[in-house]
Amino acid sequence: MNADAPTPLVLRPVEGLGRIVLEVIESLGRFGRFLAHAAPLMVLPPVKVGRVVERIHFIGFRSMTIVVLTGAFTGMVLALQIFLVLSRFGSEAFLGPAVALALIRELGPVLCSLIVAGRAGSALTAEIGIMRISEQIDALTVMALSPMRYLTAPALAAGLITFPLMTAIFDVVGIGGGYLVGVKLLGLSAGTYFGELQSFVDMADIMTGFWKSLSFGLIVTWVCTYKGFHCGHGAEGVARATTEAVVLSSVLTLVWDYFLGTVLP
Amino acid sequence: MIRVEGLQKSFGAQRVLRGVDLEVPAGEIMVIIGRSGGGKSVLLKHLIGLLRPDAGRVIVDGTDIVGLSGAALDAIRARYGVVFQGGALFDSMSVFDNVAFPLREKTRLPRDEIRARVEERLAQVGLSGVGGKNPAEISGGMRKRVAIARALVTEPGVVFLDEPTTGLDPILVNTIHQLIRELHRKSRFTAVMVSHEIPEIFAIADRVAMLHEGVIVAAGTPESIQASDRAVVQRFIRGEAETEASA
Repeated sequence: MNADAPTPLVLRPVEGLGRIVLEVIESLGRFGRFLAHAAPLMVLPPVKVGRVVERIHFIGFRSMTIVVLTGAFTGMVLALQIFLVLSRFGSEAFLGPAVALALIRELGPVLCSLIVAGRAGSALTAEIGIMRISEQIDALTVMALSPMRYLTAPALAAGLITFPLMTAIFDVVGIGGGYLVGVKLLGLSAGTYFGELQSFVDMADIMTGFWKSLSFGLIVTWVCTYKGFHCGHGAEGVARATTEAVVLSSVLTLVWDYFLGTVLP
Repeated sequence: MIRVEGLQKSFGAQRVLRGVDLEVPAGEIMVIIGRSGGGKSVLLKHLIGLLRPDAGRVIVDGTDIVGLSGAALDAIRARYGVVFQGGALFDSMSVFDNVAFPLREKTRLPRDEIRARVEERLAQVGLSGVGGKNPAEISGGMRKRVAIARALVTEPGVVFLDEPTTGLDPILVNTIHQLIRELHRKSRFTAVMVSHEIPEIFAIADRVAMLHEGVIVAAGTPESIQASDRAVVQRFIRGEAETEASA
């Protein structure tokens, strides 16, 4: 059969589906190669320590206000809602562990990741995208300096370092917010809130939250730097890449969270 | 010496380079002229190794760089200095840090030596005292001169300049041309420059090549190009619009 012959009408949907599948596989391959290229540069010398510190400041420190604010109100809302449910069963004493477990195992890592993807991830994509369209990345390349080593590897390392730390802060602030509502507003005793919390939260719960936040740190910085490197032309290309980076890293965070939820204890 | 043989490049259905042959003798300034969108910057990116051709060779000092990658290509690029069309200055760094960047990253020079070299280069391009400013705080002409200082600070053997004077006023165009000529006289680097500045480039070029519809249609000394009997060259030099009859 002639390869250049037009596809029969009946087969066109199959052809379209095949094209989409091939495009998805191709982009997954590019995604994977990007990470495989950048990840070893986090540890292979010369490690750009100064760039890693600067990225920690960019991703972590500058996100602290929004992380603390969101953590506090998440804990407060959780306490309010869970107290309502528990009071119907006369189990208000379990408010502390319920808030803490929800935050440590699930909401802390996920919400923290979504917030940082929106704040720092979008900025990361825009910054690298602008460097791409203004030939700053080409300038690094022709200086025989690896843009992956300068731009991607430090962001990945910073993501792995800052996400667990920010999640820990989010959890602590959230538990504090739950305390304010549960103890100061709804009249639960402080001893009950914290006493039951210590009884029910164990190391496995904390490690679940830790592994989630660590992997979300990798996902967000990986997606956002990839999108920056592969943005289209002009301001529109950067804008589209930024939107795609936030949407994709948020969706992947939620999908990966479900997967980890099924495999982690 | 740089030699380009049968270079071809297409983007999708658009054939940009259709078999470019070009020779740039060592120590000379070669200016590539041609209409906007004619593939001059694409050709330059092949010489730098930023693009891979569909066919053809780019030979730099006896080495074909087309098949090179990684450390081997970096070793060739280490001898390059490149001035990009928009300057490509790092906007997160000051002017001083931009010029110092290649020295800090590629050499083990002591801090004082780097400072001295950067200040010398900035003085050469007439920008003493602006090292502390951000690229966004200086004019377009100044940014171009910073880019030239950064490209030359490592004393490269080959310098590529992609339209270093586009968008500048005539006085700045001449200032930058004189600057390039003066720096070339001192350092004797090989230079490949893409430019539209007719007739100004004839004063600084050792050789001129005209790229038209993906091929080099004329190459030689500035005098021979100006005396060329090819209609397309004469029309470009005179800035005449192409009519259907002449096309």
